[in-house]
Amino acid sequence: MSALLQLDDVSMSFGGLKVTQEVSFTLQTGDRVGLIGPNGAGKTTLVNLVTGNLNPSSGRILLQGEDVTHTGISHRVRHGLVRTFQITRLFQTLSVADNVALALLQRKGLAMGFLSSATQRPEIRDEWTRILQVTGLESRAYDPVSVLAYGEQRLVEIAMALALKPKVLLLDEPAAGIPHEETHRVLDAIAALPADIAVLMIEHDIDLVFRFASRVLVLANGKLICDGTPDTVAANDEVRSAYLGSYANDRRSA
Amino acid sequence: MTAIGTTTAAGAPRLPGWVRYEVTAFAVVTALGLIGYLVFPFDLALLTRIIAVTFLVLSLDLVTGYAGVVTLGQAAIFGVAAYAVGNACLAGITDPVMLLGVGIIAGALMGLVSGVLISRFSALPQLVISIAFGQLVAALANKLAQFTGGSDGLAGFAPSAVLGVFEFDIFGRTSFGFSLVVLAVVLALLLRFVQSPFGLMCRGIRDDALRARMIGTAVYPRLIVMYGVSGAVAGVGGALSAINVGVVSLHSVSFEMSAEALVMLVVGGAGHLLGAVFGSILFQIFGHFVGSTNPFHWMTIVGGTLILITLFAPKGLYSAFASAMAKFRKSRVSQ
Repeated sequence: MSALLQLDDVSMSFGGLKVTQEVSFTLQTGDRVGLIGPNGAGKTTLVNLVTGNLNPSSGRILLQGEDVTHTGISHRVRHGLVRTFQITRLFQTLSVADNVALALLQRKGLAMGFLSSATQRPEIRDEWTRILQVTGLESRAYDPVSVLAYGEQRLVEIAMALALKPKVLLLDEPAAGIPHEETHRVLDAIAALPADIAVLMIEHDIDLVFRFASRVLVLANGKLICDGTPDTVAANDEVRSAYLGSYANDRRSA
Repeated sequence: MTAIGTTTAAGAPRLPGWVRYEVTAFAVVTALGLIGYLVFPFDLALLTRIIAVTFLVLSLDLVTGYAGVVTLGQAAIFGVAAYAVGNACLAGITDPVMLLGVGIIAGALMGLVSGVLISRFSALPQLVISIAFGQLVAALANKLAQFTGGSDGLAGFAPSAVLGVFEFDIFGRTSFGFSLVVLAVVLALLLRFVQSPFGLMCRGIRDDALRARMIGTAVYPRLIVMYGVSGAVAGVGGALSAINVGVVSLHSVSFEMSAEALVMLVVGGAGHLLGAVFGSILFQIFGHFVGSTNPFHWMTIVGGTLILITLFAPKGLYSAFASAMAKFRKSRVSQ
């Protein structure tokens, strides 16, 4: 069986600057993988290459066995590749329910209806209601997204991702910018993600990654320098020198 | 506030009421028309012209207010539809409803063409392309005098009675009644349209096109379709203008017409169909009466008023009115 997501020697250069260098990895059904690296390591560039926001200089990207290297963003989404953004990108003037309903309508092929109600069709309404319950947003359903606290906006991102029923979900720093006391709401929503999807979490918070992931990828200077279990990664000298520093030492001595 | 037809911040879905918007809009437009008829019985030509231009402003609202495409070339669609109707009438299609159909088809086709060009770009290049498109159509209208009458305008056509019953009269009663009914019907349909999945998706694209792509939406084709719908609406206006006036001039396709429509939309409130209607009515009535009472300084007065409106109601008069109503309701609830 082919991997859900496969990167083969993917490279990307901006002029003479190589920001991604021959990165290869695979994601299988049910994988929970963390992607870490110091600032400027090329994490977000790698995510943008996977999602189609950027085109790689070389290498190929396979989604469920299909070569999507040169296909557009929306094609990849329709084939099960979904992402959330480091800085939330939502439909700010629309309500929370409308945001989720749009994702549902798109997934179900109902987005070209011209005279029906967008959010109140029973099959759409039932599903966005359920998703908002799962993400703890049901009381904010009719609020415009722009009035939500940042942590709640992150939850809307996850709710929209759920609505798209992804096969592969890329979470780009899902806890960034959220007050510490609200982080648990995002973590709960992540923990409640369907077990059969592959999730790649890009995150600065090492504690969070090591709690979430059964496998960790480490990127430094655009290169994948380590791919293994959290313990393997923490024990890796190259990783320690590149990124983890005292954290790895603390973990080993604990 | 959210646009009409979305779920609201009030905490309750609008399903029980969402059909009421169409019915209410239909009633409001009809009532406004009847008030206009009673207050200005000898200015029906003005009121009829206001209605025709209102379709242009509504069409602009669809692409600019609802889909985020900024354009200064929308009158090209309006004008081409008017020319198409004039030529169809000269060719023997004189039934006003059929002519309306001609205007809708011509407008939709022009909308699709302009959508292919204009929505390919964004921001300033988009604006420049829209101006270039409008200027190109205006130049062609001037050149192709056998179809447009050139600078003399296209004239000499006379539609037959509406539904074979209502002859067009010199007081403009039939023109006004016909236009008013068409406006009420089209507005009710549009109110439903902007609440539809397609309308909601266009609003999503307006908010964040990349986000729309990231949920799997092909943005460009949708904007083209929206342009087609918008063109059909502009086509209704162009058709009514040609049917009611019996002359199509170069002004119909001019840059000034496009710019005025944009001003009316901003005054009324982009992203709200009723804002487009109110903006069109207020701007044109205000301009007409200021122009007739003070012909020397009317442009100064109109310009000053526009600046004041933009300063104090940057989201348009409709949004200001809706916010004031919401505050009023809130204060009553809290008492």
